[in-house]
Amino acid sequence: MNKNSITVALAGNPNCGKTTIFNHLTGSKQHVGNYAGVTVEKKAGFRRFREHDLTIVDLPGTYSLTAYSIEEVVTRNFIVLDQPDIVVDVLDSANLERNLYLAVQILELQRPMVLVLNMADVAKKQGVVINAKRLSQRIGVPIVTAVGNKASGMDDLLTTIVQSVDKQAASFQIDYGQQIEQRIVRLFQSFNSAVLSLGFPKRWIALKLLENDKDIVQRLLEHDGGQATLAVATELRETFCEQTGGDAATFIATKRYEVVGKIYGDCVLTGPTILRTTSDKIDALLTHRLLGIPLFLGMMWFVFNLVFTIGAVPQKAIQKGLSFLGQWVGMALPDGGVKNLLIDGVIGGVGSVLSFVPIILLLFAAIAVLEDSGYMARAAFIMDRVMYKVGLHGKSFIPLLLGFGCSVPAIMGTRTLENPRDRLVTILVTPFMSCSARLPVYTLLCAAFFSENMAGTVLFSVYIFGILLAILVARFLRTFLLTGDTEPFVMEMPPYHWPSPTSILIHMWERTVLYVKKAGTIILAVSVLIWFLTNYPTHVEFSRDYDALTAQADADYTEHIAQQVYVPLTITALDDRPELAETVQRMHDIEENFDVQVADVRKNTRTYKNAAENKETALFSAAGSTELGKYALRVIQLSDERDDAHRVLLQQKAHEKLEKSYAGQAGKVLEPLVTPLGLNWKHAVSLFAGFSAKEVIVSTLATIYSVGDVEKSSSQLMDALAADPDMSPLVAYTLMIFILIYSPCVATIAVIRRETNSWKWALFASCYTTTIAWCIAFIIYQGGRIFGL
Amino acid sequence: MATLLSDLLPGQIGRVVKICGKGPIARRIFDIGIVPGSLLEVQKFAPLGDPMEIKVKSFNLSLRKNEASFIQVERIAAETDCPA
Repeated sequence: MNKNSITVALAGNPNCGKTTIFNHLTGSKQHVGNYAGVTVEKKAGFRRFREHDLTIVDLPGTYSLTAYSIEEVVTRNFIVLDQPDIVVDVLDSANLERNLYLAVQILELQRPMVLVLNMADVAKKQGVVINAKRLSQRIGVPIVTAVGNKASGMDDLLTTIVQSVDKQAASFQIDYGQQIEQRIVRLFQSFNSAVLSLGFPKRWIALKLLENDKDIVQRLLEHDGGQATLAVATELRETFCEQTGGDAATFIATKRYEVVGKIYGDCVLTGPTILRTTSDKIDALLTHRLLGIPLFLGMMWFVFNLVFTIGAVPQKAIQKGLSFLGQWVGMALPDGGVKNLLIDGVIGGVGSVLSFVPIILLLFAAIAVLEDSGYMARAAFIMDRVMYKVGLHGKSFIPLLLGFGCSVPAIMGTRTLENPRDRLVTILVTPFMSCSARLPVYTLLCAAFFSENMAGTVLFSVYIFGILLAILVARFLRTFLLTGDTEPFVMEMPPYHWPSPTSILIHMWERTVLYVKKAGTIILAVSVLIWFLTNYPTHVEFSRDYDALTAQADADYTEHIAQQVYVPLTITALDDRPELAETVQRMHDIEENFDVQVADVRKNTRTYKNAAENKETALFSAAGSTELGKYALRVIQLSDERDDAHRVLLQQKAHEKLEKSYAGQAGKVLEPLVTPLGLNWKHAVSLFAGFSAKEVIVSTLATIYSVGDVEKSSSQLMDALAADPDMSPLVAYTLMIFILIYSPCVATIAVIRRETNSWKWALFASCYTTTIAWCIAFIIYQGGRIFGL
Repeated sequence: MATLLSDLLPGQIGRVVKICGKGPIARRIFDIGIVPGSLLEVQKFAPLGDPMEIKVKSFNLSLRKNEASFIQVERIAAETDCPA
């Protein structure tokens, strides 16, 4: 063995302080990945200690090593099959008996091992006195005492690790009594090379077969020659049941507990049996029958605002910074395809990746505090009743709530759910919580098609629709697709304690890096692709020569102004008559002022008409009654006409370009698909573009309805939408519901891919939502038409 | 007299007699540290009535009433019930 590089596996119960020790040992030198083929996260860290390079792998926290949960299978497989040089089992000294139960099971895997008595200070305070020396002798492995929170004992631990690597594997063995031991021997006789090639210790395989362990049974089934042993095991289990009246698994577990209890009794002096701690006092308030829910909701309100309101500030700053960068690149580069790709495609795509970073940082700060302090378990305790009805776990509530802000951090937040099935269902229904990017689309459509009194109700109904759909789909997935045993809700409520700043920072950093690295690249690639499809081909056969038409408008202007103003006044330019130039300038100011005033006002409203009247009056009063004033008005009129012509041409050109882009062509091809929903190709293109980010739907609609820049004025788009003969309030509502339900945006899909570690689920999330969206939109539109809406 | 843990009220103490069943629920209860002989005290029920919180030795657990009904206990007079 090369003693210079040592692999250390870090195991222990949940909440035993394992991760804190891991962070102290490795600092920031951590790497997060997944175990092959499963969604369980694999964290490894590195540390150099006295000429040794240590690779420390933080195994998932488990209570036991049965095959009931993936985490447990992953843990034991790693310990046995990956052959780490040493296993460090972290024990919570204040809960030593239960922690020893796991330690004993790890000992049975027969690897070199060190025990860490963590949280020694807490145990001492509770009056628990541990005779570490005697404990070490009883189980035959070295023991180190540590206080993870205060980083004490770390050097001791490292020294012991380095010293113990060469030592013999632990040879601890439990005597399970005649009934079991006989059967172990009997199983040994049935073992052949197939069984031994699994790589697990012989005795351990025998015990697992008597326990009817799913994973081991599966492994033997896949091996030729395993069947014979399995048949023997089944028979032995049956005879055990007949002879003792109980099942072997329970008997073995009980025996293990007996042994642990004995060791514990010999090595530990305990205080009073049931303690009332400070934690219980805090809990009396935080999970109080009446106050618990309001406090919880208040806390959620705070977290939500922290993440999405405060997060919006740096988010905007990033977007601004990138638009500056875009301008700068725009000045530095010659015009052409590369420039467009860089500015609109790449910088735009990077913008959509980076704009999530502030909210992810803040969210994981909040989650780390909630988890570390121990409140997360209480939140699950409070909400479990509600979520259980939906078929989910109490812990699903927080991610779902965050979904109203943005699905990306919400889905990343599902990490707090241990059960993979609960997690997957939560991930799949989170996009139905209508995220904030969809809000601008709803408000646009609401304002364009519903009266002010109705708009609020319509908007509210869309949100409620999403929630109800999430509940229905969750139940459906639970019943038909992701069936199986429901995860028992037996959850430890860890004592409250102050979260450690280092842990929080590491947690924030690790999640953000993971997001940028694993999801960022996908988001960037797809954003660029969608940009390409909506912008290319660049050389479009335009139906009209827009450049010539623009030049024509300019020529008309020059000709008219010469004929109607310059010739009669015998001048060649405005400046030849300073009074005229001045009046024209004043009128320009009045017009500009008007444009600002009505930027967000729709044309058919009273406010707009009033402002227009005021403008006319102001213009006439500026003109006065002089002859020159009339000429000034003429100048203004002509330049308005020219500007209007320019704008209309520009918008028509943009419209035609999008119409003839690949996306536009696709939209037309797909039109028959959306016609039954009352939608046309324009909506199809917008929905397609909305896949890059839902708010893009608004700007795409603006381009396609030829109304120019929506950032400056959304009222024009509303007017244009309202004027579309294909649109009606029913179609608008159908469109809103479709946008609510159809495929999550690319960022969400990328995060789903990352969190489920599978393209299959990411694609499923995109397809099943779009299918549901179509069906429901169809029902709403066709149903609405039957009722004559 | 054996009762079910789910029938105990907040403040009541019981000693585990038996964990019924043998599925994942029973195993999980076992693994987390509730075994025959364990002393446990019901702390409270969640604001909506389920799950419940119990104290075992020096740690607290929350479990649904459904899960708690797998645990048979015998009631023990709480220390506070006894006159000093």
